[in-house]
Amino acid sequence: MRRIISVLMENAPGSLSRIVGVFSQRGFNVDSLCVAPTDDKSLSRLTIVTVADDKVIEQITKQVNKLIDVLKVSDLSDGHHVERELMLVKVATRSELVRAEVKRNVDIFRAQIVDVDANNYTIQVTGTSDKLDAFAHALSQSTEIIEASRTGVCGLARGEKALRP
Amino acid sequence: MEMMSGAAMVVRTLKDIGVKHVFGYPGGAVLDIYDALYAQQDVEHVLVRHEQAAAHMADGYARSTGQTGTVLVTSGPGATNTITGIATAFMDSIPMVVLSGQVPSMHIGEDAFQETDMVGCSRPIVKHSFLVKRAVDIPEAIAKAYYIANTGRPGPVVVDLPKDIVNVSEEHPYQFPEDVTMRSYNPTLKGHNKQIKKAVKTLLESKRPILYVGGGAISAEASDLVTEIAEKLNAPVTSTLMGLGAFSSVHEQFVGMLGMHGRLEANKAMHNADCILALGARFDDRVTNNVDKFCPHANIIHVDIDPASISKIVGAHVPVVGSVDEVAKQLLKEMGKIDAKAQHAKVADWWEQINQWRSRKCLEYKKGDGLIKPQEVIESLYKHTNGDAYVSSDVGQHQMFAALYYPFAKPRRWINSGGLGTMGFGLPAAMGVQMAHPEAVSTVVTGDGSIQMNIQELATCMQYNLPIKIISLNNRALGMVRQWQDMIYKGRHSHSYMDSMPDFVKLAEAYGHIGIRVTKPEELDEAMAKCFAAKDRLVFMDIEIDQNEHVYPMQIKFGAMDDMRLSKTERT
Ligand SMILES: Cc1ncc(C[n+]2csc(CCOP(=O)(O)OP(=O)(O)O)c2C)c(N)n1
Ligand SMILES: [Mg+2]
Repeated sequence: MRRIISVLMENAPGSLSRIVGVFSQRGFNVDSLCVAPTDDKSLSRLTIVTVADDKVIEQITKQVNKLIDVLKVSDLSDGHHVERELMLVKVATRSELVRAEVKRNVDIFRAQIVDVDANNYTIQVTGTSDKLDAFAHALSQSTEIIEASRTGVCGLARGEKALRP
Repeated sequence: MEMMSGAAMVVRTLKDIGVKHVFGYPGGAVLDIYDALYAQQDVEHVLVRHEQAAAHMADGYARSTGQTGTVLVTSGPGATNTITGIATAFMDSIPMVVLSGQVPSMHIGEDAFQETDMVGCSRPIVKHSFLVKRAVDIPEAIAKAYYIANTGRPGPVVVDLPKDIVNVSEEHPYQFPEDVTMRSYNPTLKGHNKQIKKAVKTLLESKRPILYVGGGAISAEASDLVTEIAEKLNAPVTSTLMGLGAFSSVHEQFVGMLGMHGRLEANKAMHNADCILALGARFDDRVTNNVDKFCPHANIIHVDIDPASISKIVGAHVPVVGSVDEVAKQLLKEMGKIDAKAQHAKVADWWEQINQWRSRKCLEYKKGDGLIKPQEVIESLYKHTNGDAYVSSDVGQHQMFAALYYPFAKPRRWINSGGLGTMGFGLPAAMGVQMAHPEAVSTVVTGDGSIQMNIQELATCMQYNLPIKIISLNNRALGMVRQWQDMIYKGRHSHSYMDSMPDFVKLAEAYGHIGIRVTKPEELDEAMAKCFAAKDRLVFMDIEIDQNEHVYPMQIKFGAMDDMRLSKTERT
């Protein structure tokens, strides 16, 4: 099962490598990882997407929680949550026809063209990972994707639930 | 505020924490710290001959006292030489602080002379690590290191100290942090009340209970409490290799060590139990054998301070997160008064069954044929030390013979590398034990292979007058490897034979110690007496034993806990 693990940890040197270490050392896989300081600059928030069964997820959360720098760990996919990912994608736009087709997809997926060049557009799109996949697929039907960069998933629980120190 | 250099701060912080001994070896990056050590008497430095041994000494010191062991080494090779020692402590949850020198901050990352990323190298085998960036942060980093090392599930902590911050020519204000707290680190000590109630209910409903005691009971100093629970329930007690001594091995309820080389009655009792109370044990693969066939009838109550250990290998029916001592107190309180007679009656059939397994006498072995048997050496050691010595061990057949044939009545007497299985651990560990307990009898049970992995420490023993008694079971082979080759590879002894054995007696003498060679069974007793009569000398006993003896019982691979070979020809 695909799971989204949220981690709140000290924004200290070495913290990130310890988390990554737990995954490689214990043979857990990582689909995506997204990390940045929180509103409180002494803390970092990390979101990890992984595919694993319940037993492995239990081990992942426990092993991550065990790290001295980690304050809180929660499995967002356990309850209602909001998740988003951002993708920047550069596509070739060599003909008028292609430009029109790309523009149509941009409208349908509520994406934005953020940079224009003689032969390409750079497009920004946000949403769930599925939506990003679908968008990339749609673009690839009408033109060539030159490059793409995704942030990995970040997420929050809905309602009152929060990951606070 | 007092002003001092970073190097002086390191030593002063150690003193303020109460550290009495540091095991180490100097080098360029730590010369300032060594200079600060020179000027004082509070912290005694012990100069080893190899940094790996420094870590094992600190480890033996910690295992025998419960106090954190301290290591001081230089950057680069000094630091990497401690890696095996750190990993050994990590696997067995032993509190240790390793202070390593580092190249000056401004040269980190430049592949400077003797630069190694020690924080990176040690990351998978430490509980935590610090790279200190400013001299004023030294006291807090070191104080935190000791706090982390010896609270919760203990473990090694590395503190990496760049040379520029310990520079003796710059002074900074020193402040000792009286109180260390960390918002991200608060180990749970007390068990959840609901879980305690559930555990007691399960235990009292059980007709075939067993206590499965591990190293966690020793680190929590919970021996008396564990004994009280066992006696209240009149339940059999088994112990892991790491837990030996937590519950007295001479207590009538003790059924022996369990696992790969466990006693038949211990493994049988585990396999047939209807309730297992695991206290600070982690269902290691050297215990469970095939997990799918593990203890099919048992409700498992798993008490451990590390939540990640619970249900990692075997699912627990009643998980209890907490330290063994706190949880044991809670369990005892919840049990309240138990009608002893009724409880005895409840487990009477269970004991009858266990005594039947015991009557198989699985530790019996054949003497005779003019060769010394390893088992009789351990029995003789037990006799000559009145069962009250500190026994450190190396890794191999001799380790298993020691674990099986020397009944430990007290915790912290059996010092061995259980998790990592580190050959070369024994001698330095026994030295750490002797430093911590100068009056006690500190022995090593070792083999001709293992002893050569840290033999250079015989020089350290001379320098510090450590009267260790080395009991070397010389079978002219890497015996444990050879045993597996006998069993699995049709006796093809690929590289398990050492045909260039040194003369250990001469070797001991060369280092200034006493060496005694024993080759005949009838000489053993007298030689052992001579060894222990030399109270203030190190004695190296080179005991030529039967090369073909195997360690039994032994679990059969892929089988259940209690599928065992009992001798070269018999099995369960
Ligand atoms: C550092 C290290 N290398 C290799 C091994 C694998 N190993 C386990 S037991 C053993 C043989 C030990 O020989 P010896 O010390 O003579 O003990 P014996 O089994 O003969 O009693 C070996 C090589 C190990 N445990 N540790
Ligand atoms: Mg040997």
